[in-house]
Amino acid sequence: MSGYAPQISARAASLRPSGIRRFFDLLEERRDAISLGIGEPDFLTPWHIRDSGIYSLEKGFTKYTPNAGISALRAECARYMERRFGLSYDPAGEILVTVGGSEALDLCVRATVNPGDEVLIPQPSFVAYGPVVALAGGVPVPLAMSEGNGFKLTPSLLASALTPRARVLVLPYPCNPTGAILKKDDLPALAGVLARSNILVLSDEIYAELTYGCRHASIAGEPGMKERTVVVGGLSKSHSMTGWRMGFAYGPRELIAQMTKIHQYAIMSAPTTSQYAALTALRDGDTFVESMRESYNGRRRYMLDGLRAAGFSCFEPRGAFYLFPSIRAYGIGSEEFCEKLLLSQNVAVIPGNAFGESGEGFIRICYAVSVENLKESLIRIERFVRQL
Amino acid sequence: MKRVLKLLENDASLGAGQIALLLGVGEADVERDIAAARREGILLGSRSVINWEKAGGDYVTAMIEVRVTPQRGEGFDRVAERIYQFDEVESLYLMSGGYDLQAVVIGKSLKDVARFVAEKLSTLEQVTGTCTHFLLKKYKEGGVVYARPDDAQERVAYL
Ligand SMILES: Cc1ncc(COP(=O)(O)O)c(C=O)c1O
Repeated sequence: MSGYAPQISARAASLRPSGIRRFFDLLEERRDAISLGIGEPDFLTPWHIRDSGIYSLEKGFTKYTPNAGISALRAECARYMERRFGLSYDPAGEILVTVGGSEALDLCVRATVNPGDEVLIPQPSFVAYGPVVALAGGVPVPLAMSEGNGFKLTPSLLASALTPRARVLVLPYPCNPTGAILKKDDLPALAGVLARSNILVLSDEIYAELTYGCRHASIAGEPGMKERTVVVGGLSKSHSMTGWRMGFAYGPRELIAQMTKIHQYAIMSAPTTSQYAALTALRDGDTFVESMRESYNGRRRYMLDGLRAAGFSCFEPRGAFYLFPSIRAYGIGSEEFCEKLLLSQNVAVIPGNAFGESGEGFIRICYAVSVENLKESLIRIERFVRQL
Repeated sequence: MKRVLKLLENDASLGAGQIALLLGVGEADVERDIAAARREGILLGSRSVINWEKAGGDYVTAMIEVRVTPQRGEGFDRVAERIYQFDEVESLYLMSGGYDLQAVVIGKSLKDVARFVAEKLSTLEQVTGTCTHFLLKKYKEGGVVYARPDDAQERVAYL
């Protein structure tokens, strides 16, 4: 059979391959490059957590679990959310265990968006939001965040985007790729605007544990907001568990029920071994999280200082593990900048426009790599910009 | 000072400037902490971690349990001192339990170590008995894993 075009759905065909992918193809060929590209912790999963996964296998826990996840894990999720963020959710009905935060995002969109509905997506942000919305037949509406506002969603921008077709707002904080966060006192004004609409908030809080200098505050903690917010959490970033695929959705009972229905047909249940490991992670993991956060924070300061010393204008991020320096001063686009940097100095960073058009003029640097590599990459980046 | 020491313990090559950035404190403070730690005998030195097995270093290591008679007024310290002065003794610990001192002894060959034990260690008048265990494989030492299986995991292609 030649030419599968007729067999490929229009929606699938319309998705553009991730902008980051091209760089990884280039990077593949350059084994000795330093990669500041992948958005992934550099720590292995703490041994206690891995050990719990292994123990569950030894005990023979190899079957499907309840669709929503094992009840002990949901109960632990509830305790964790209460302890860490002061949010209370009922383990029976308001919590769903998913295959990474990724699945939780997808489920929430699929459960709430009708064809033609608009989903507001502040950008630059995670690459998956737009495609997930498009696959559900929704219309992604990018909202351009600016460095001048600390890459925060402002109440006025939100208000101006609230059309009658707008059904969901994605709230991507702490933000990949900018590292921006929303502080507790940023939230009431946003909640005020949202209260005047019928919009649902999909709050992607996968980086909630990685904030520096203040605790993460969830929009769901604002008066009246819990009823219209689905919080997405997960262990990938906070507990260095990307490969385990453990995510969680927290929200109103009716919405979680719809999401669970889709999950039940598409996935059945999240990986069993991972759920038992997750139980230990949430119950006993706070000190690991604390020490990893401290370590990221040190590298954040180190890299920010190094980039500024090399002449970059760079916003100080308070969350996640990314820096998002401007490269406008060098007179070339972000893609060209990244490609040349990789080819000439063997350092991989991601062009900002991979995260939305408003990311043009910036690059994303992931500092979740060893200090030794950060040190060397700073030398190379400085050498590169000097000859631009 | 403890936070400075923690960083140095993991990577002695960090300069005061880098440590200051990593901790979010002033460079002068870090320098002062390091100087004080040296002066007070807290920071005793810094050395590299070398996997000699890979580098082709030929030597054997033995863990030796030593039973001794403590001396009046000196306890174990005097005999311990007599033992750790030997260059062959890499480490020496006073232990609770079935024996008194644990010596880690390094030699060029089994014979070398055996000779040291027979001629130097067990002939000390306070030593009443020894038991020598030879080290076969080093998995982890000083927090560093030596025998790590190859990291062959394939990685994510996008993100
Ligand atoms: C902002 C954001 N949300 C969600 C995810 C998905 O993570 P996971 O599916 O591993 O939980 C990522 C991963 O990079 C992310 O950066």
